[in-house]
Amino acid sequence: MDRVTLAHGSGGVETFEILERLIFRRVEDKLKRVGNGFGIDVLDDGAVIPLPSGDHIVVSIDAYTVNPPFFPGGNIGTLAAAGSINDVLMMGGRPIAILDSIIVEEGFPIEDLERIMQSFLDILKSENIALIGGDFKVMPKGGVDKIVITTTAIGIARKPIVDSPKPGDKIIVSDFVGDHGAVIMLLQMGLEKNVEEFGKGLLKSDAKPLTKLMLPLIERFSNYINAARDPTRGGLAGTLNEWASRTGGVIVVEEPSIPIRDSVKRYCEMLGVDPLYLASEGVAVLSVDPTVAEEVVEYMKSLGFENARIIGEVKSSEKFKGYVLMKTSVGGYRILEPPRGELVPRIC
Amino acid sequence: MAEESTRYFLGIADKIEKAFRENRELVKAILKKIGEYSKSLESLYGKDFKFKIMNFCGTHEWTVTHFGIRSLVPKNIELVAGPGCPVCVTPSHFIEEAIKLALDGITVYTYGDTYRLRTLNSVRGYRSLSEVRGEGSVKLVTSLVDAIKDARNSNRESVFIGIGFETVAPGYASAVLKGLVPENLKIMSLVKLTPPAMFYSLEILREKPTEPPVMGVIAPGHVSTVTGAKAWSVVSENYGIPVVVSGFEPIDVLLSILEILKQLVKGEAKTVIEYKRAVTWHGDLRAQRIVAKAFRVVDDAWRGIGFLPKSGLRLRDEYRKYDAFEGLGVKEIKPGEWGYDLPPGCRCAEVTLGKAKPTDCPLFMKVCTPDKPYGPCMVSLEGACAIWARFGSGGLADEIAKELSLTI
Repeated sequence: MDRVTLAHGSGGVETFEILERLIFRRVEDKLKRVGNGFGIDVLDDGAVIPLPSGDHIVVSIDAYTVNPPFFPGGNIGTLAAAGSINDVLMMGGRPIAILDSIIVEEGFPIEDLERIMQSFLDILKSENIALIGGDFKVMPKGGVDKIVITTTAIGIARKPIVDSPKPGDKIIVSDFVGDHGAVIMLLQMGLEKNVEEFGKGLLKSDAKPLTKLMLPLIERFSNYINAARDPTRGGLAGTLNEWASRTGGVIVVEEPSIPIRDSVKRYCEMLGVDPLYLASEGVAVLSVDPTVAEEVVEYMKSLGFENARIIGEVKSSEKFKGYVLMKTSVGGYRILEPPRGELVPRIC
Repeated sequence: MAEESTRYFLGIADKIEKAFRENRELVKAILKKIGEYSKSLESLYGKDFKFKIMNFCGTHEWTVTHFGIRSLVPKNIELVAGPGCPVCVTPSHFIEEAIKLALDGITVYTYGDTYRLRTLNSVRGYRSLSEVRGEGSVKLVTSLVDAIKDARNSNRESVFIGIGFETVAPGYASAVLKGLVPENLKIMSLVKLTPPAMFYSLEILREKPTEPPVMGVIAPGHVSTVTGAKAWSVVSENYGIPVVVSGFEPIDVLLSILEILKQLVKGEAKTVIEYKRAVTWHGDLRAQRIVAKAFRVVDDAWRGIGFLPKSGLRLRDEYRKYDAFEGLGVKEIKPGEWGYDLPPGCRCAEVTLGKAKPTDCPLFMKVCTPDKPYGPCMVSLEGACAIWARFGSGGLADEIAKELSLTI
């Protein structure tokens, strides 16, 4: 008998396969979206519902389950707030409200729950986002692993960004990639004490809302940003492969220009993991019209994202469709494959 | 103080690594030289002659594929993977024996890749240690030391599946000789030796005249830290081809290719060390001594290939109290009893011997994928199929780069 495996939940090839089997092929096309909007027909960060005024509602939902729930740089509450806010931002929306649903295991320390919810609420406060509804349930001991938080974020977009990278576009990343995934991986392997960067605060999860980056960018460059994504599960490799298969072209990336923290590089090498598949929880990847790409990078830097840079571009090809081609540090080429299998269990 | 010196050491290590990894100007200079030698070879051997250079270590195949080195070298140079993955060549029989032990309640300690190896025959309905995990006691470890620690705590009867090449043998030997292994833990030594496999794969390609012979060898750097470069001099002498002991960064490998071509142009066949920062001619004599003390060399079975003379290590009689073949009744394979042990259709043996590329196998990425490996070469990250599956080799990257008119 076929059974669900952890690989089905890691956001890679297997996740798409099981969703296709369970959901996508069973829903008729007109019920995959509202009117002329976008829904599970496009599989973006969130859904878009057109309003009579010409604006759009952007809605996004995500369940957060991370082991361990507390980690350097934040906790599951930080993730639950920042993650859904970022999903709305990546759709070109200005987040205005959030709803949460908490399932917690019997016996979970209330003090820990308080810390988690405080982190969650602190982010909503600083981003000026209303909490307009929610649910709270307790499962008997062993019925759930500690805590699961689901959040729905709602935003308003004048011009939603429904990912469709165009040939010629430059690919921009806002910051070091893979920090969150690397931190969680090291914790899950029980290496907390061996990582001296943790104690010194030099390596921590990047979980944070990207409001201060994305709102000004959307304001100024919305006509030039053809795709935006925060590379969570599946990492940068996952995002780029999804985009490549969506455009039907080839995305060419310069490996040495991808910003990866030295410590992340080193630990990944030790553990035989490729950082390009590790999740980031506070990084934006953009596909931007080449005429403004440099200007966008400079603007991102001025907003405090000094590691922002161009890492590659979208090319059209008659013969090859849906590939991500990596130019390596020595100038050779290889294919950056889409994420497969179980990389790191339950990271976000 | 200790922390400071560690940081200093890491800093130096980072710099060395970068010097061999991220220097496109140096790469261009090396490639220019490689191009010149390849032209000279073309005029010596003719336009259609392919110079096959074989590596003997999964990590070298990783470097070649991961950094796209095949797309950098001239068309008359073909880089092929040889037997460089111990997990790939471990006979199905021994994994079947381990499954039996696990089902009989004995704790089995295994490396993560061995854990996923599929056997030819099912053992009471199970075909891999990973399948048994829920039913029996199978624990993943990263070294024998982990197994020793855990076995001491548990006090349960247990076995460690000792897979690997020359690099792991000194660690196993040292634990045995120092008496660190508790009585309840037995070692199933399945250590394989690389030189016999190298001889065999060079022979077999010579005997198959439709395939070009191997014209140069990139010898394994890690194995050579133990054996010394001297282990390969028989290859350069007997087969008359250059052998270069190489490091694992892309520029190491490019320099090794350059050295091989240079020797070919000059008509030389020497064993040379490129990986001077780690390897000496004589190797680690202490390690060699303790391995010889703890182990005896046996004719051993290689999965899908058969028996290779003097190619495996088993514990000596003096240490039989640690030996799973003695204490737990694990059955040896006798030369007459060995049967072909790859699943139907799988071409792993030919891939391992450099006779076929992973993409030549009809099962590659169709039936056999990293998530559901069918043959052993798709399991370990050292296996050529697993590496090609993850980094998309087989020339596709070059073709796309060419189509898009991209350059170095």
